[in-house]
Order: sequence, then structure tokens, then C-alpha cells
Amino acid sequence: MPISVVLPRALTPFSRGVGTVRLDDPCATVAEALAAVTARWPAVTDRVLTEQGELRRHVNVFVGEESVRFLDGLETPVSDGDTITIVPAVSGG
Amino acid sequence: MADELPQLTAAERQRYSRHLILPQVEAEGQRRLKAARVLIVGAGGLGSPVALYLAAAGVGTLGLVDFDVVDVTNLQRQLLHGTDDVGRPKLDSARERIRDVNPHVHVEPYQTRLTSANALGIIREYDLVVDGTDNFATRYLINDACVLLGKPNVYGSIFRFEGQASLFATGDGPCYRCLVPEPPSPGQVPSCAEGGVLGVLPGIVGTIQAVEAIKVVLGIGETLAGRLLLIDALTMEFRTLRLRRDPRCPACGTREIRELIDYDQFCGITPETMPTDNRDMTDEITPAELKARLDARDDFDLIDVREPREWDIGHIPGARLIPLGEIATALDSLDPSREIVVMCRSGKRSATAAKQMKDAGFQRVKNLAGGILRWSDDVDPSVPKY
Repeated sequence: MPISVVLPRALTPFSRGVGTVRLDDPCATVAEALAAVTARWPAVTDRVLTEQGELRRHVNVFVGEESVRFLDGLETPVSDGDTITIVPAVSGG
Repeated sequence: MADELPQLTAAERQRYSRHLILPQVEAEGQRRLKAARVLIVGAGGLGSPVALYLAAAGVGTLGLVDFDVVDVTNLQRQLLHGTDDVGRPKLDSARERIRDVNPHVHVEPYQTRLTSANALGIIREYDLVVDGTDNFATRYLINDACVLLGKPNVYGSIFRFEGQASLFATGDGPCYRCLVPEPPSPGQVPSCAEGGVLGVLPGIVGTIQAVEAIKVVLGIGETLAGRLLLIDALTMEFRTLRLRRDPRCPACGTREIRELIDYDQFCGITPETMPTDNRDMTDEITPAELKARLDARDDFDLIDVREPREWDIGHIPGARLIPLGEIATALDSLDPSREIVVMCRSGKRSATAAKQMKDAGFQRVKNLAGGILRWSDDVDPSVPKY
């Protein structure tokens, strides 16, 4: 089972409309999975990571149900079948 | 305790009969609802269903905070207001609508912007707060005030087809800052006015907020405290993710936030990113001036930083579309020595673009004051306002 990265709809304009990215190459960490997304669509991860490669403070990345902020950050390990969900802050009401 | 709750009148018993036969509510729960005081901040997309359903459910006192007047573009989703209400204060139409839904409900209107100066005084008077605002600064303000006062904060937010909901600031649960430690910089995340929103979406998210508010009042069920509900209306998928209290959170963790701060400043809202009237006029061009210069075929570039869908609604002939998010990468294709006029819907995003360009060494950048909205008012009414 590949690792899936679920993008918020706000980022799909930068991924040619793809909402769930399936990564066929093995990834050991969240950082490696995001790097695989960057290789396809750099504009997507520009909005998730800072220029220093850190997670933007208004964006949450979840592995399964858990936010990586409360795990090992971008070094959080991932394994086959995991779903990584990117959740940016939205303010509309 | 139950003895202190207000009694239900015969008319109320009849009205709420479908609640009274629910074992989770019964007469005592309905009396709790009657005694409850719920503050709804924002009488817009989210605030409309929250107010309508909480009123219908018999919440005794609803506080409503909103400073705005009804605009025709609100009617696609804000069901508290009708076509005849355009131009009226939202609180006037909201009060009338709520009175019609349930005359037993007492409405306390606050025709004001919620600010650091008034938030604690207003929120202190209520049992819980429902956040139906449309901007980050007010969300942080509500959060910090709720944490300081120990009031639950029923959170919801929407964008395009996606929504989020949770319950913050309960006992040992997380708060908004645990989810979003810092706001995005201005312009980084588009608002509904800029990015659009499906009109039904706030109906879904707002009714979920109303359910959470009732569960808090009644003390029943499992609330969304510690969970973030994500809704995608296009796939109709609902997912819940786990939220944790962050021990480093300055509001509910370390508690270093002991009083309310300047939330505009916290969110990076400086005079440069404020609406055009507040900025240095030398860096602006009015729609009339722009029209004159276009007619005279002056040599300059006109760059529209809105999104392609907004461009399709209407644009100024001769403009070039570079969405704000792509400005940074497009700078290489632009000549820093040329005169450039940037524009957007209202002048706000283009102010951000102008600043980015100036920071990158572009000397002759002007912002179209009031954006395409004012262009439509002052120059060409055939360009639709949205």
C-alpha cells in the first residue's frame, strides 16, 4: 500500500487538481514524503514549508489522526498505507 | 441546582415537545437551554444557522456581535437576512428573524466590532461563545478571551467547499492556538471574499456548531473537544483528527498570555496591508487616473493579482493576470525599472503584492485604490462587483 498525501482543496490549483497524492517510492519520514510531493509540484510544498524547510506555523500535518507537532515533527516516521493530511488554517465564516 | 432553573410556560412546553420527549433533554434539559446565555460572534454565514437553530431550540439568551450591514453578496449564504434587508444593520434583520423563529428568546445585540477593549466585558456575561467570525485576528481574540475567562469556544471556519469545526477552551482540552500557533501572513490564505465559498457550506458547519453548543449546555454526548472535524462538501467526506493541548501554548499551556493583546499586530495587519484609505497616497493611483492613463496609452504594466476565476468575472482591458501567490516567482519576468500598477478586488491583496515588489527592488509600483470594486463604481459599471 503506498503512502497517501491528502492535500487541502486550497492547494490543488498547484497540483493540477490532484487532491490525494499516492507516493509509489518508499518514504521513511514525513519530510521525505513532502520532498516527493515537492519533486512533482514545488508550489504545493512552498505553502506548507518555510524557506528554511520548517513546517509553517499555520499549517498542520497529520499522520493518520495525529498532528506531527505532537510527534517528531517532519521527522515523524511513516510506513506503507499511512495517510498524511495537510490542513492549513482557514478563517472564513 | 435544578430548582434554580427557570420553569417552562405552557406555550414553551408545547413548542419544545419534541425535545421534552428526548431522554437526553427532557424538561430539565429544556430548562437548562432556557437558562443558557450563548454569545454568537458574527451574524454572517456561520452565525446565521447558529442563531436560527439555537433560537428554535430555546436557548434563552442569545448575544449577537456584528458591526456590518447586509450586502447583496451576503444573501447567497446568510439566511438571517433577506433581500429587503440589504443596507440595514445585520443585527436589525437578525433580531427580527429570531423573534419570528422564537419570541421566547431574548436577543442581546452588540452593534460593534469585537476588540481587545470590549471582548472580556462582553464574553464574561455568557456561558459559552460561538465563533462565527471571518478573520484570523478576531479568532485569536475570541480564543484568548475564552481561555482567560474559562468559557468554551465553539469553533467553525469555512473556505470554498471545505469546513472545520471543533470545541476549544474546555476544562483540559486544547485551544485555537494549540491548533494554529501563529496566523498566516496577510494575503497568504485567501478569505471567502477573495476565494469564494459554497453558500450551503456554512449551513453545514454552522449547524454542527449549534449542535456542539447545545451539547455543552446540556452536558450530553461527546463533544468535539480534542478533535478537529474536517468536512469536504465536494467528496462529502467527514473526517476527525486528534487535537492535543500544547504544553507550550502561550494561552492554555504556559499561560503567559495574561491579558488581551493587539491582534491586528499579531496577525501582521499593518497600515500597509489595511484597506487603501489608510496607506500612503503617493503609492496609489485612483481608477479615474488609471483610466486616463490607459486612454492616453501611457507606457506602464497593469498587473491583476486576483485568482483566474475572479479575472473571468471581469477585468480591465490591458491587464495581465498574475495571482498573488505567483508574484514572487513571476518577478524575474518583470522589468524592475518599468512603472507597474497592481490591482485586485479591493486593493488589499495588491497592496501586499506592491510591498513584495518594492522589497524586491521595484521602484515604480502603484496600487489601484479600491481595486476593481471602485473601478466599477467610478469608471466602468459594466465590470461586475462581487
